[in-house]
Amino acid sequence: MSIALQADNIVKYFLEPEKFQVLKGVSFDVKQGEFLSIVGKSGCGKSTLLYILSTMDTDYEGSLSIKGNKLTGKSQNELARFRNEHLGFVFQFHYLLPEFTALMNVMLPALRLGRYSKEEVEERAIAKLRLVGMDEYAHKHASKLSGGQQQRVAIARALINDPAIIMGDEPTGNLDKANSTRVFDIFRELAQDNQQTIITVTHDMDFANRSDRIIEMQDGLILDIHEPAR
Amino acid sequence: MNWKLSFKIALTHLVTKKKQSMIAMLGVMFGISMFIIMISFMTGVNQFLEDITMDNTPHVRIYKPIEIQDRKIISEQRAPSERDWYVVQHQKPKNDMPRIKNGLQVMASIEDMPEVKGVAPLVASQVFYNNGPVQIPGTINGIDVRKQIAVFGLDTKMDFGKLEDLLKGGDMLVMGKGLAEKMGVSVGDRVSVTTPEGNNLTLKVAGIFSFGIAAMDETRSYATLATVQKILQKDPSYITDINIKMKDVNAASVFRKKLENQIPGVYVEDWETANASILAGDKIRNILTAVVCITLLTVAGFGIYNIMNMNIINKMKDIAILKATGFQGGDITGIFLLQSLMIGVAGGVLGLLIGFFFSYLLSKAPFPAASFFRISTFPVNFKLSHYVAGLSFGFLTTLFAGYFPSKKASKIDPVQIIRG
Repeated sequence: MSIALQADNIVKYFLEPEKFQVLKGVSFDVKQGEFLSIVGKSGCGKSTLLYILSTMDTDYEGSLSIKGNKLTGKSQNELARFRNEHLGFVFQFHYLLPEFTALMNVMLPALRLGRYSKEEVEERAIAKLRLVGMDEYAHKHASKLSGGQQQRVAIARALINDPAIIMGDEPTGNLDKANSTRVFDIFRELAQDNQQTIITVTHDMDFANRSDRIIEMQDGLILDIHEPAR
Repeated sequence: MNWKLSFKIALTHLVTKKKQSMIAMLGVMFGISMFIIMISFMTGVNQFLEDITMDNTPHVRIYKPIEIQDRKIISEQRAPSERDWYVVQHQKPKNDMPRIKNGLQVMASIEDMPEVKGVAPLVASQVFYNNGPVQIPGTINGIDVRKQIAVFGLDTKMDFGKLEDLLKGGDMLVMGKGLAEKMGVSVGDRVSVTTPEGNNLTLKVAGIFSFGIAAMDETRSYATLATVQKILQKDPSYITDINIKMKDVNAASVFRKKLENQIPGVYVEDWETANASILAGDKIRNILTAVVCITLLTVAGFGIYNIMNMNIINKMKDIAILKATGFQGGDITGIFLLQSLMIGVAGGVLGLLIGFFFSYLLSKAPFPAASFFRISTFPVNFKLSHYVAGLSFGFLTTLFAGYFPSKKASKIDPVQIIRG
């Protein structure tokens, strides 16, 4: 199996309010099609690490490559293009654009990518919404959906460009049991059937224990990488 | 970068925030419409003032000034080599008539010049109009009636009677409205005119004119060249002024210099020199108009700047999501710049329409002018260039006002927003 993501000795400082080392040299690989969970206490640096992996945070030391592309040191615009094509995100607080319909929210990254015509993008977006069971709400405004529904639309949006890696920051953080199981199942399926790599940061040990591998972090260092205890 | 997509997002933002967009648009609209009204009215007034002056002002005027010569007449008999001193106390001017030598020939030769639209001769003299025992000072101008009509359109200034009636012969004149009122005469009455030399003649009033300029209407009258030459007891070749209308008004001062070199012994004056004070007034009004308009547009621009800034603060989360999902800095700038431009163009077009509407109303509103003004409604200019300028001003102001907030939006760090 090929390596999807490689992090090498990532070091990150917070400068405000005073200089503080959040990540103290983190290195690990993620294989393609793997479902990886990063766990740890609040403040251990796991979200910070995820934002570095997501390429949105560029202010770090060490190096990061995704699918063999070294991303450290690239310009913001190159990174944006890369994210658009190869990365999908699911955030803790759903984060849809409230002015747009669910369908449009899903379509926007694909329209930005411009790989398919508008009609094809719409078709694909509907298919992704069907995958998360939200196709009947396609034409509803995002602001009219419940939290769980928005989270599922956000997953559909993360999937629209068939990214190699899908990252989730507490993707089930504020969902009830039923919805969170649902989200987990979707991730599981993506990893198994589509060979898409999933990296999630989570507090939810149930969720982590059902993934392929767990990275446990403490005080900016990797404490342990292990297979979940089933 | 994908303009169509940016446009769609920008439009959606505007439509969902209708109230805010409307207010921003109203700001631009108000600015542009005031700009149009102001500039239409101001240039209308300028045009009107220029017209009433220029109608009666020749572009170039040739006349013979009476001037006291510095050269002492007594010295003319001596050779210049003699270094004598002559002191002449209180030297009087020579009895040199204000005649232009060979005036009619000079006129004919000027008429053939390509820059010239028309030439009219004039015999001007100061006279007293006798109203019983009271003498009213004024001037009488002898004119070539047909040329005066062709070059200055004097016939359009007639309130009563016809200018052409002067051609019927007999001793007739047309006089200014104010003068006729002072004299208490109307068409068909007779007035007696006395020249400074003491010649007296009785003339019949053939018509009454008004220029709308009190100084002219209260002192001036016109008669044929022959009539005035008769009053002055001069020969038919006696003329005092040659008035020239140019094809291109702005070529007057160049043409003046040319004439100065060609015709000796006369004084040539162009309209810019003659009307320096009016031109200065025009300039000041133009500057005022520009200042007011720029102020209005700047205020509208700051309004947009504020609203766009607020808008971007409200949309921080959205910007972060767009960036996280792969929108680049340029896309974000585009989205917000387009919003601002849409506000600018919509407000601009509406402003033009409203500006046009109100300046049209103004042009139809009765003008409460003194009765001697030949004008019944407010003078308003409708010029395409003003509308083009208004729209491009609106466009540019919103472009600038939108650019800085948009640039700021593109620099927003998504991580900071998403982390919360």
